[in-house]
Amino acid sequence: MAVVFEKPKALTDAVLHYCPGCPHGIIHRLVAQAIDDLGIEGKTIGVAPVGCAVMAYDYFACDMIEAAHGRAPATATGIKRCKPDNIVFTYQGDGDLASIGMAETVHAAARNENITIIFVNNAIYGMTGGQMAPTSLPGQVTQTSPYGRDVNHCGWPIKVCEMLSTLEGPEYIARVAVNNVKNVNQARKAIKKAFENQINGKGFSLVEVVSACPTNWGMTPQKALEWVESDMLPYYPIGVYKDRSAGKEEAK
Amino acid sequence: MKTTQILIAGFGGQGVLFAGKFLAYKGLVQNKQVSWLPSYGPEMRGGTANCSVILSDMPVGSPIITTPDVLVAMNLPSLQKFVDTVAPGGKIIIDSTLIDAKVERTDVEVFYIPATQMAKDAGFATLANMILTGKVLKEISDVAYEGNKETLEAFIPAKKANLIEVNCQALQLGYDY
Amino acid sequence: MAERVLMKGNEAIAEAAIRAGCRHYFGYPITPQTEIAAYMAKKMPKIGGVFLQAESEIASINMVYGAAATGTRVMTSSSSPGISLKAEGLSYIAGSDVPALVVNVQRGGPGLGGIQPSQSDYFQATKGGGHGDYRMIVLAPASVQEMASLTIKGFNLADKYLMTAMILADGTIGQMMEPISFEDAEIETYEKPWALTGTEGKRKHNIVNSLYLKPDELEKKNFERYERYKIVEENEPMWEEYMMEDAEICVVAFGIASRVAKNAIVAARAEGIKVGLIRPITLWPFPVKPLKAAADKVKSFISVELNMGQMIEDVRLATECKRPVTLCNRAGGMIPSPEQVLDSIRKAQKGE
Repeated sequence: MAVVFEKPKALTDAVLHYCPGCPHGIIHRLVAQAIDDLGIEGKTIGVAPVGCAVMAYDYFACDMIEAAHGRAPATATGIKRCKPDNIVFTYQGDGDLASIGMAETVHAAARNENITIIFVNNAIYGMTGGQMAPTSLPGQVTQTSPYGRDVNHCGWPIKVCEMLSTLEGPEYIARVAVNNVKNVNQARKAIKKAFENQINGKGFSLVEVVSACPTNWGMTPQKALEWVESDMLPYYPIGVYKDRSAGKEEAK
Repeated sequence: MKTTQILIAGFGGQGVLFAGKFLAYKGLVQNKQVSWLPSYGPEMRGGTANCSVILSDMPVGSPIITTPDVLVAMNLPSLQKFVDTVAPGGKIIIDSTLIDAKVERTDVEVFYIPATQMAKDAGFATLANMILTGKVLKEISDVAYEGNKETLEAFIPAKKANLIEVNCQALQLGYDY
Repeated sequence: MAERVLMKGNEAIAEAAIRAGCRHYFGYPITPQTEIAAYMAKKMPKIGGVFLQAESEIASINMVYGAAATGTRVMTSSSSPGISLKAEGLSYIAGSDVPALVVNVQRGGPGLGGIQPSQSDYFQATKGGGHGDYRMIVLAPASVQEMASLTIKGFNLADKYLMTAMILADGTIGQMMEPISFEDAEIETYEKPWALTGTEGKRKHNIVNSLYLKPDELEKKNFERYERYKIVEENEPMWEEYMMEDAEICVVAFGIASRVAKNAIVAARAEGIKVGLIRPITLWPFPVKPLKAAADKVKSFISVELNMGQMIEDVRLATECKRPVTLCNRAGGMIPSPEQVLDSIRKAQKGE
């Protein structure tokens, strides 16, 4: 019988705990595909966050560590500085990376730490049941912004890619989405590039993946993906925000 | 069995810590037990600085000096702060260029040395600390005076080796005063 | 005998760590321990090591966590307020059973406190600091020589028991210089099959983790960990006894306080008072045995501390309250004088 679908080898057989319709499964797959494509599973060390992806250490087949909330870039730095020949990635959500772990994120980027960061932005705290995230949109209703995010009261969402791309340090900063097939394919390429950059010693590469949270957004999975298109992407446009080597490669 | 506690006090930049370090190395080279304890923190920046050196035949207990046998005072606030702590029968060595006051205690031996002026006259204005240290060496019997060059070589980095000779001269000036 | 050199306590820690095979240091500046970072910054690049100044104490301890998870000898150092920030990471490191060396050159607290020497982080070091059931091996040097020897010992113990070893020093010993000789460091090596090194396709993936959502699993982990701690308590207590043979009064003091106490004991002996010292070198595991034995011989104990009375609780526990224990203390960066301790000894002699 012809094989029409295969699980990437870099994923274990563990059953994912994510909610129905949650794009984390897609994003895990994209990361695992990149690891498979590059043949680096045996030397990859992954850093799991605190948040919905907290148990990612059970899902990726490479060596894994569970970091404290927000500290994944620091933990990854410690690993990479001891094992420079290994490939080190973090997988973090918006609360983890852009709220409690912002200092670790910014400084790892400023150091051009040679690691890969997969940043999943779904504009909400999922694991704890739907509180306002640093990336929740203005007016967005969450458990802790029940009347909609009032920017005069609690400030504006943080555009991580735009902000990090102002730094001299990082090599590659890109935003992708996984709300349709075209975007998923584009995301796959960006994630692979973020790993290739590390293999080639180019430095800090962060891919922000605009994702969805049907459960906590209170939407069907289909509706949630439509909301990504209509509300999330206008505020968080897809694109490459920084690619230090891009011009040089064209010149070759 | 003998222990001598030396407290050197002045303001930041006078070489208080360096003088103490020299005495500690002097003890080290001559196989004494020694401790060197600086005051530390913001007070070092231009404020008062002091340093405690203990030379002993026995393992040093507390490195903190509460009753010094020898006090070197390089400014008035330091003299005022520590004059009453000096052990009866102890010695106080004063830079009389910078300190006008006289010690009223009669149970201690006091030496007034115009070290800052002497240093200026000798062409090494920054070495008043070592002139006073030369006097310390004269007044204590824990370490032999000889071998200052070797002691200085033990802790002055090679690129500053040119300073060794003038330091020896300053020590000699104080020793001979 | 190896050559004697004069060195600051903080520098002795750094040099000893390098001799113990540590090639990775992550830290953040804070008085009075910054000489450790400065020494590492100077030395590490020359010997193929890594010195990295992190953006915060929190980041630095989490770098240590990552580094430790790879099976690499790694350390950080800080002073009291910085250790509070590192407490999160200390808990994770304990919960993940990876070895690390952490130095606390204590200053007065609470809050921003001061920068003068203190021992007021005794509770934090020996009872927790971070959340959860865990222990750290806590080593309390009383001399520059011990700053070095206990650092080497700390790395070995950390690797042996998969724990954090903490050097609990204070500003005085960190800043002072004393002669020190470096014997060849005895580096113990242990297999680390749990380390994150990449599977190389040859084994199942290793996971370094402290998350156990099933309470029975988490309980089992805790029970297992405490079995290990029990072995540490049996095998690793270290202490010094000084003039205890005929002592009727026992002073208990660690670190810089023990040196002040020794001066006072010499003075008291000159007055004919039979007094001795038990100096805990490991604060955890606490040297219960000698204190328990002393409780059958002496008439009272004096706990000399640079805090409001923290170790005194462990002295009472170890002696099972068989004899009175009084406190002789200063706090906030002040250090008791030998006279103050002598006075306490005289009072104890009179049964006050």
